[in-house]
Amino acid sequence: KTEKTEVVLLACGSFNPITNMHLRLFELAKDYLHETGKYKVIKGIISPVGDAYKKKGLISADHRVTMAKLATNNSDWVEVDDWESSQSEWLETVKVLSLNKACSHCFDTFTLAPSYKPVLTIPSFSSSLLGWVFCRGTITGSGERSFTRLYLEYSSPYSSIYKIPLFCRHHHEKLSSPDATISLQNVKLLCGSDVLESFAIPNLWKLEDITEIIQNYGLVCISRAGNSTQKFIYESDILWKYKNNIHLVEEWITNDISSTKIRRALRRGQSIRYLVPDVVRAYIEKNDLYTCHAICTPNASCFSFSFTFPEL
Amino acid sequence: MSVKSRIPLILLACGSFNPITNMHMRLFELARDHLHRTGRYQVIEGIMSPVSDDYRKKGLVSARHRIAMAKLALETSDWIRVDPWETEQESWTETVKVLRHHYNESVRLLQSKKEFMKNKQPTERSTENFLSSQCSVVPELKLLCGADFLQTFQTPNLWKKEHIQEILEEFGLVCISRAGSDPAQYIYESELLTKFQHNIFLVKEWIQNEISSTQIRYALCRGLSVKYLIPDSVIAYIAYHNIYTEESERKNEGDLLQPLKLHNTAM
Repeated sequence: KTEKTEVVLLACGSFNPITNMHLRLFELAKDYLHETGKYKVIKGIISPVGDAYKKKGLISADHRVTMAKLATNNSDWVEVDDWESSQSEWLETVKVLSLNKACSHCFDTFTLAPSYKPVLTIPSFSSSLLGWVFCRGTITGSGERSFTRLYLEYSSPYSSIYKIPLFCRHHHEKLSSPDATISLQNVKLLCGSDVLESFAIPNLWKLEDITEIIQNYGLVCISRAGNSTQKFIYESDILWKYKNNIHLVEEWITNDISSTKIRRALRRGQSIRYLVPDVVRAYIEKNDLYTCHAICTPNASCFSFSFTFPEL
Repeated sequence: MSVKSRIPLILLACGSFNPITNMHMRLFELARDHLHRTGRYQVIEGIMSPVSDDYRKKGLVSARHRIAMAKLALETSDWIRVDPWETEQESWTETVKVLRHHYNESVRLLQSKKEFMKNKQPTERSTENFLSSQCSVVPELKLLCGADFLQTFQTPNLWKKEHIQEILEEFGLVCISRAGSDPAQYIYESELLTKFQHNIFLVKEWIQNEISSTQIRYALCRGLSVKYLIPDSVIAYIAYHNIYTEESERKNEGDLLQPLKLHNTAM
């Protein structure tokens, strides 16, 4: 009897909100890996992106994490990890402190009212230690204040996933730590074919990140029947090189329950029953999420101010 | 149009429901949203009517189970229910007769409500004004279906022409189609459907979620997961009673569908 490799499936994304389709990805991937006879899926992790991501229409991480937890309540193997969603605070504080030793303002980590959250739009992606750009500056209006909490707005729809190598590492470490109760061989990134195809978008990914993910972790990619994903792998040198680490799973149910469509339906007062778990639907209704009003609530205004890129 | 002056409407879906899936229930939600948006209707009820065992479709498991699963699935719905009438009949019932039955039932219910109201004291009556105004109009009953259903009208010997006409003229259809399919074409190609197209409501499902019961059964037979495609309570029921097996799939194998059998012997 051959030893089966134990696998943890990790899905990153906005989960804004979580839908039956997200949950299906886990089920499909698990079935597929078990059918190969080589793997045993022991855990699934949903890792919602943090608020600092600042994508249009992204509601607070608290809500998104809660909904994901409600949705996976009755699953015996899929769970939610809110480490990523709480990362922004931790990372920012640490990075800013280390970057700006001279400035006493850095130790001021006061919370700004939501309407004062600054948003920086950076035209080109500047790499830094963890794929974030840290800046400092001042905002005017109600007195000049120095701020140390910074956010990055990136116009790509995939900007959350550049942090994946970091989170893969985190989960790998967490799960293989001495006091972990399970032995871990493999964390695999679970995603749709859109993520795989995003590897081709110029400047979105660092080559070393793509390499690290595929080489050290591996991908389980769910795609539609008849999708061109195989062709895409063939046409990419890096993907082709590590194609044995990319598991392509075909959906046998055509399922297009995207969060975008759910949000659209909610804005229009349409029913989302049977597309998301009922507990999630009830939560959305109770908290009045994703209504027209919610999208228009005070978002960050753009403040103009000077900033310097840190030199690392 | 205020809610009070809208025409009350009941949606009826016929089918095998073998088993019921999230998609079946979604059809009701879509239809209701659409009809409410027209401003003319108030959907007051949804009825799921599983077909009788006598339909003799391949792989059709006993009505007892199909009804039980539908009941479990609809537990959380406050407006859709499953009705066992069709399954309780001795033989397979033609769709138009199912429609007639449920229409007559709703008329009967209305009349008994009116009787009830008549016997009430005036003071009690005033507090139920809203209900009584709803009661005064006989609800319309429409058949809820997918676009493939429209297509079956063209299958030889499956339908009687006068039945199709009655369904369209006396009742009406609410037909859900997915993005990419065009039921308007079937309507255009049929004289009868074109004649009554004002009574055919076409609703588009933009959020694709094609969960076929056939595929669900295959998955279950192979031990694959169907979680999030059908309700958890239904999954548990299926597992507990071991309903879908290779054996159950072979049921009625080689048999002719009852409606085809009937029409063949008639000819």
